Amino acid sequence: MKRLEAVNDFVVKFANVNGSGSASANELFAKAILRLGVPVSPRNIFPSNIQGLPTWYEVRVSERGWLGRRGGIDMMVAMNPQTWDQDVAEVESGGYLFYDSTRPLPASAFRDDVTVIGMPVTAICNATYEDARQRTLFKNIMVLGALAALMEIDTAVIESLFGEQYRGKERLLESNVRALQAGASFAREHLKPPIGLRVRRAATVGERIFVDGNTAAALGCVWGGATVCAWYPITPSSSVAEAFTAYCRKLRHDPATGQARYAVVQAEDEIASIGMVVGAGWNGARAFTATSGPGVSLMTEFIGLAYFAEIPVTIIDVQRGGPSTGMPTRTQQADLLSTAYASHGDTRHVMLLPQDPAECFEFSAAALDLADRLQTPVFVMTDLDIGMNQRLSAPFHWDEARRYDRGKVMSAEELEAGRDFGRYKDVDGDGIPWRTLPGTHPSLGAYFTRGTTRDAYARYSEAGPDYLYNVQRLLKKFATAAALVPAPEVRAAAKRSRLGVIYFGSTAPAMDEALEVLAESLIHLDAMRLRAYPFPASVAEFIEAHAHVFVVEQNRDAQMRTLLINELELDPAALTPVLHYDGTPITARFIAQAITRQVHALAVAPRREKAR
Amino acid sequence: MTYIAKPRLHHPTLAKNGVGYTRRDYEGKVSTLCAGCGHDSVSAAIVQACWELDVEPHRVAKLSGIGCSSKTPDYFLGASHGFNTVHGRMPSVLTGANLANRELLYLGISGDGDSASIGLGQFAHSVRRGVRMVYIVENNGVYGLTKGQFSATADRGSKSKKGVVNNDSPVDLVGLALQLGATYVARGFSGDKAQLVPLIKGAMRHGGAAFIDVISPCVAFNNHPGSTRSYDQVREHNEAVNRIDFIDLAPEITAEPAPGEVLELPQADGSLMRLRKLHADYDPTDRVAALAQVLALQAAGEIATGLLYVEPQAGDLHAALNTVAAPLNGLGEAQLCPGGGVLAGINAGLR
Repeated sequence: MKRLEAVNDFVVKFANVNGSGSASANELFAKAILRLGVPVSPRNIFPSNIQGLPTWYEVRVSERGWLGRRGGIDMMVAMNPQTWDQDVAEVESGGYLFYDSTRPLPASAFRDDVTVIGMPVTAICNATYEDARQRTLFKNIMVLGALAALMEIDTAVIESLFGEQYRGKERLLESNVRALQAGASFAREHLKPPIGLRVRRAATVGERIFVDGNTAAALGCVWGGATVCAWYPITPSSSVAEAFTAYCRKLRHDPATGQARYAVVQAEDEIASIGMVVGAGWNGARAFTATSGPGVSLMTEFIGLAYFAEIPVTIIDVQRGGPSTGMPTRTQQADLLSTAYASHGDTRHVMLLPQDPAECFEFSAAALDLADRLQTPVFVMTDLDIGMNQRLSAPFHWDEARRYDRGKVMSAEELEAGRDFGRYKDVDGDGIPWRTLPGTHPSLGAYFTRGTTRDAYARYSEAGPDYLYNVQRLLKKFATAAALVPAPEVRAAAKRSRLGVIYFGSTAPAMDEALEVLAESLIHLDAMRLRAYPFPASVAEFIEAHAHVFVVEQNRDAQMRTLLINELELDPAALTPVLHYDGTPITARFIAQAITRQVHALAVAPRREKAR
Repeated sequence: MTYIAKPRLHHPTLAKNGVGYTRRDYEGKVSTLCAGCGHDSVSAAIVQACWELDVEPHRVAKLSGIGCSSKTPDYFLGASHGFNTVHGRMPSVLTGANLANRELLYLGISGDGDSASIGLGQFAHSVRRGVRMVYIVENNGVYGLTKGQFSATADRGSKSKKGVVNNDSPVDLVGLALQLGATYVARGFSGDKAQLVPLIKGAMRHGGAAFIDVISPCVAFNNHPGSTRSYDQVREHNEAVNRIDFIDLAPEITAEPAPGEVLELPQADGSLMRLRKLHADYDPTDRVAALAQVLALQAAGEIATGLLYVEPQAGDLHAALNTVAAPLNGLGEAQLCPGGGVLAGINAGLR
């Protein structure tokens, strides 16, 4: 048997039972490797359940810095008997299987093309610890110690992580260190380290931070000046509001009085959440909610009201697998169309498309500005893959000179000076009207906000011309939005190419890698990463400039492709879909294979005439 | 006809209140409701209450849902910002608005169709949270704007104009408000302005969630024999348990002598409310007893009106959240943004 040999380039998967305390030990494994200067990219694969069901943690170690899921498992740490067969089957030929050998298993339970490493960790724990909880928790730490020894990870790095985690809790620190060392010495004495997968100190992590997108989005809302957060718990978005609350507790209290400069309300449902955000936005506070697809479905009536009555609203949609309850703990980019056109009547909504935690931070803060500027709902379309997994990302950045853009709010002084106030009147030519906040002036500037049609002065009107003026102005405003949202990023191929690829969001890390893999096999593509909807002119130009353009996305129906075709009035043949939608994050292997297949097919097919 | 403004010319002798406004300054556009509609009397009572309380019109935000009653905010307080939201969702919008600026007076106008059906959940939760507001339901037991269907507050056995008998048990908003923790619960009748105006004033001075159920007959669809919400029926069975004599910051003013024991209730804002008991054994500060007495009167076919329950020193959602005294919508970068230095520290902790 040929054993896999790799330094700083492999995938380890931990198979656990949820609620067993494995998550923190797994995270320590990933962080230890990061501290050694080697990029890692972990992914939680978990069920919609609290205790007793299978859960996995897949860690990709990649000195070259590939952060997408790779596909394939080089080493399985199989701690869950329930999923044994499937876990064993998943290991690459020549890979490794680490398991708890306390209970003997028949030879038929193993594969002969995989190196099997058994450690009777339950037996060791039972002999060492009295308390049942300690037995479970320290089992994970012992396994961590053994893996460190097997992969030549310096345990001092893990000990310093313990030191940070248990600062001031000396007893906990000491007992964790002891368990770690016990695991490592067992491995050294009995498991013949090292194995073929090893970690060697490197320097490719740099200044980057390791954080999940939901925490990043929450921080973006803190820095971006959100004062009202109304939310309803839903996977995978709950930790956005929870992190916002936690950071506000630390950073947003008046030092003199101890009082809060924010308000967080856990509402009775998503409808009330968005209602509160609409009320707060109407009244001039920066407000947001965080939810997922099912929540956006419930919110659509209010989204239509906010669009039509022109109220700033920020919605962070951490997308999951749909439709309906779908796959609550799996990832997809499948809310694009239902969000872009949410609610009845002619509507269009701004969507920002972050690729990683750094952009979750940046775009959440930007969304608050854009919502105020455009007086409309702005969506931050993240997903479970970005939101709930820690990801290596550029550090968060805040320009001290940056000021919040509160948009066109007419002051009492301006009203007093006799400025004409027409709530729905386009005076600046950008389609964005002025607004006043309740309570501004004793006799000027008050108006009645409604979801019914009205004239430019907010007076009820169902007259055709008034209606047309208003909805045409909304279109103009949407065109203005295209110039204000984050612009797409283009990466030119090393060689001039007639092929282009469009992608966005959590597909980015897999795409980065796929582009290189494809280039190695002489398939060169110019790549455009969309960062927002509406699309600026550069998107149509990019498509026009290429004979074939692939659109890579994570849903069944090619929703982004549909949006592009519809918004840019393209010939559908101009865009070839590349779709991944089984709920797992898209991989470079998948993209490269799909595009290679298509390119080979194109090579034998007649060239498509450009439709003009 | 809501676009028709009332003449701005006011009679010079119209009295000005403490903040320099005449009663007409609190009016809105011409009502488009049916002649004789109870809702217009409620609007008039709101105008009167605001004028008497020296409330500056622009310091009120009026919010509503969908339906006849929800149209009325256009017909009073023309100098206030108004928001006609979506069906049954006024409470959440009001909650958000209140969080954004705690300094305004929030007036939520709803109807039985709006609050007792689609909006029952939001009604309940806004009351539970103790949002400081005056929540008025103009309750007529019928859907007016869609022409005469029963609403969820229609009494079992009552007859529609077309002769259909209602078989469903009614939603009792007063009972719900009491159970859900509203700290000011009243019921009035649009046909009794003398009782209603002080009830609204009391609610406006209240420091927490104030709910007023106003029986407000629908002249077009629910004012016939067989209806339990007709003017005649309500007049006949109206059982006032007390009367608010006055609410004022100047306690030396004495009310005109009237029969009944007087209850003095100091309010959270320092004012004093004097309540004249009309039912000697009715205690409006005992939630459990109030609920029992209201239900007992209801069982006897009577409609209890007056200030049914009050917790004079009630707090609100802002107190629970411990928010700063300044309105959140007025805070700027200096108060909200922790800055680049703190962010660098956060970055360092994530490595």
